[in-house]
Amino acid sequence: MKELIRRYKFALLLVLIDLGIIAIYPSIGQRSFEITWSSTIEMLSVLPPIFILLGLLDVWIERETMIKLMGEKSGFLGIALAFLLGSAAAGPLYAAFPLAGVLLKKGCKFSNVLIFIGAWSTTKIPMLLFEATAMGWRFMALRFIIDIPGIALIAYITERLLNEQEKQHIYDNAVALK
Amino acid sequence: MFTIIIYVLALGMLLLSFLKDKQKTKIALKKAWKSFEYILPQFLSILIIIGILLAVLNPETIFQLIGQESGWLGIVIASIIGSVTLIPGFVAFPLAAALLKSGAGLTQLAVFISTLMMVGIVTIPVEIKFFGKKAAILRNALAFVFSYVVAIVMGVVLR
Repeated sequence: MKELIRRYKFALLLVLIDLGIIAIYPSIGQRSFEITWSSTIEMLSVLPPIFILLGLLDVWIERETMIKLMGEKSGFLGIALAFLLGSAAAGPLYAAFPLAGVLLKKGCKFSNVLIFIGAWSTTKIPMLLFEATAMGWRFMALRFIIDIPGIALIAYITERLLNEQEKQHIYDNAVALK
Repeated sequence: MFTIIIYVLALGMLLLSFLKDKQKTKIALKKAWKSFEYILPQFLSILIIIGILLAVLNPETIFQLIGQESGWLGIVIASIIGSVTLIPGFVAFPLAAALLKSGAGLTQLAVFISTLMMVGIVTIPVEIKFFGKKAAILRNALAFVFSYVVAIVMGVVLR
């Protein structure tokens, strides 16, 4: 129980703030509740399959296989797979982090995990289609073309700026998550 | 539509896994639940913060801030709003399209969309949980800078 309160105390605090807003600014407070509610529904509708796939990935994919496909020496194949996995995703970016945790645990190269995150955030296929209808094909295509090298660049710079010890710490942390 | 594909994929894989090895499948589902429960407190916090932020920053307010002739200041404001908020694509793109029609600058919209997707200030606690502080902050900072590059290139090419 104590543990439960400790973990959820920040969320509880936010609920209190929200209630305070309702008391002082009823219209903003009500709107915020409505938005939270609709985002919760949206989140709950997309998360179950993502986490089921995460669990299956964790159980069925051997560490050796992952290292071969996306590990330190995976080269172009690893980069391409990272782009594909991220782009084929659905759901908000924050759902990508637990999956990234499993990739790290299985020995995926750090920059490839970052490429996966980058692709998930910007080159998701359903999102691109939506963007094209709303903003036009030229807008979408140009952003897509600039984003591909950008995602890779961000991944490489981030990896280069971390030293071995810091990276090892991230991998150890991923393994400890179980 | 795409959500349905992911559901079909996940359930299909689950069935396949169940047919091959019941025990392993059970462990997989347990792991799925455990990793969900692990970040649930952060998820709940994010959902509440999004609610408060978007209630204050409604489309009209955003429009005033990055509308016509907002220039460089508009670009900076657009990037900050994009970084802080977390608006799902099906809300963000129609909003951006409406802004475009009413004369908002392409550069402002490009930086808004780019930061919206790549930079997540609200979600950074979740990111830190998996990547550690340094990597999470680095990724977001680099993505923020990159969003300006994207926006400037797009502003020049599409003008």
